[in-house]
Amino acid sequence: MSDATLDTTPPRDLPVRDEPKTVAFRGGGFAPRPHRWVGALVFAVLILIAEWGTRAGWISALTLPKPSDVLATFGELYQSGLLFKHLGPSLSRFAVGSFFGVSVGIAVGVLIGLFSYVRAGAVPLVAALFPIPKIALLPLFVIWFGIGEGSKYALIAFGTFTPTVVATYGAVDNVDRTLIRMGQSFGLSWWSIVRKIVLPGAMPGILSGLRISLAIAIILLVAAEMLGAEYGIGAYILQAGSLYDLERLFAGVVILSVLGVLVSAVIGVIERRVLGWRT
Amino acid sequence: MDIRLDAISHSYDDFEVLRDITLDIPAGRIVCIVGPSGCGKSTLLRFIGGLERPRAGRVLQVGEPPAGCLNPLTYIFQDFALLPWRTVEGNISLVLEDHGIRGQRAREIIGDVLARTKLTDFAKALPKQLSGGMKQRVAIARALAVNPAVMLMDEPLSALDSQTRELLMDDLVSLWSRQPFTAVYVTHNLNEAVRLGHQIVVLSRRPGQIREVVTLDTPLEERQFGDPELDAKQKYLWQLMRDEARAADAELLNV
Repeated sequence: MSDATLDTTPPRDLPVRDEPKTVAFRGGGFAPRPHRWVGALVFAVLILIAEWGTRAGWISALTLPKPSDVLATFGELYQSGLLFKHLGPSLSRFAVGSFFGVSVGIAVGVLIGLFSYVRAGAVPLVAALFPIPKIALLPLFVIWFGIGEGSKYALIAFGTFTPTVVATYGAVDNVDRTLIRMGQSFGLSWWSIVRKIVLPGAMPGILSGLRISLAIAIILLVAAEMLGAEYGIGAYILQAGSLYDLERLFAGVVILSVLGVLVSAVIGVIERRVLGWRT
Repeated sequence: MDIRLDAISHSYDDFEVLRDITLDIPAGRIVCIVGPSGCGKSTLLRFIGGLERPRAGRVLQVGEPPAGCLNPLTYIFQDFALLPWRTVEGNISLVLEDHGIRGQRAREIIGDVLARTKLTDFAKALPKQLSGGMKQRVAIARALAVNPAVMLMDEPLSALDSQTRELLMDDLVSLWSRQPFTAVYVTHNLNEAVRLGHQIVVLSRRPGQIREVVTLDTPLEERQFGDPELDAKQKYLWQLMRDEARAADAELLNV
């Protein structure tokens, strides 16, 4: 048997050679592509199921309000003019609070990224502040900043500050060191390196941190309006919640969701404008 | 302006990298530094430009840089080090802005260096639109813009494919022939060294010491691809380095 290799016919247990086969494709997947309409479709399907369930009765009125009733409540809210009476103060609290929180957060984050003493001192502090539920501090803020707008701004500012700091110093750490070396080798001043190399290089990280910070700001809007607020989306939701008025509760929640989607879309636009250089 | 390295030694903790390097870099010549990986040749280049400090020894500047020189010691990096958010023009203007050169004067300098590196049509392009060879041309243009006394080139062609490398070597030769510049050219590629170097400094493996300085007298523009004389020099260099390179390759990395 060992010397019988001159035999030219292929061994019987191997497939016959002269029938070519297409190589099976196995390289697909793992490459996310944008599908805009799918997101809207998911929303529509979920709302339709809820509508059908509440109408048919297999979802009781206590479990979930009818989506059409929520829409009607929303319509009333709009027509009575109360919508803007609630939305106005909330938006200004959101804007002022997150403006202070984000700008101080970016400044502190850049300082942490640039100076090792600031880093050594501030990173443990930020780590200690981050997990504090900001809602728990609301009474304290009321004492410090008054029952008026001050405590609300402070709560939202404080809530957006910590995630912005963490995102910013992470982003500064990730700036390509060879670019900084290049700046030094051309004799650029310290301030030029920070302004022209570090900050633009940290921009992608800062913007993605902003998505998280601003979502937290919307969450805290409700908390900030727990005390001493007559108008505001948060106050409206809390009021509805304590009365178990599910239609109004859901109308308020939908407003917050829409706000979240809008903020995220605005950041998306800014990213496309500012970060067009990314590959 | 000449550069003199005076007895430079360096170690990281108790890990000796360079030992007693003494070398003169004369004006108007290209000095290539070759050596096995990890011999400290890039570290040496960072000492020359003042980006790092050696433990012992000095880097001396002999004579004054020529008038109009904005940044006497100017690097060209292996990974190009272009700001991805600035256009080709913007990347060059970056190094002029700090010297107060803006507006018309900046445009003149940028136009001139882009023309010298054949990049005029790409002034408005972003780095992500350019090939590796183009990116390195932009980095060369940026270096030329500050009118350096000495160019410090850290494996400038190592990130490029071999065809692009040939093209860029030709470009460097023609830039030098038109206006001779001083350069320290660190590379592990012996072919680049024999094409571009007036002097080739061969370093031993770690701790890096100067093993030999080979001088090539053929003028740069007469050195052609596949020239037998250059091939012989390259072979000679490789024989100097082969055992060292093999030993360096087998070492454990603890940097």
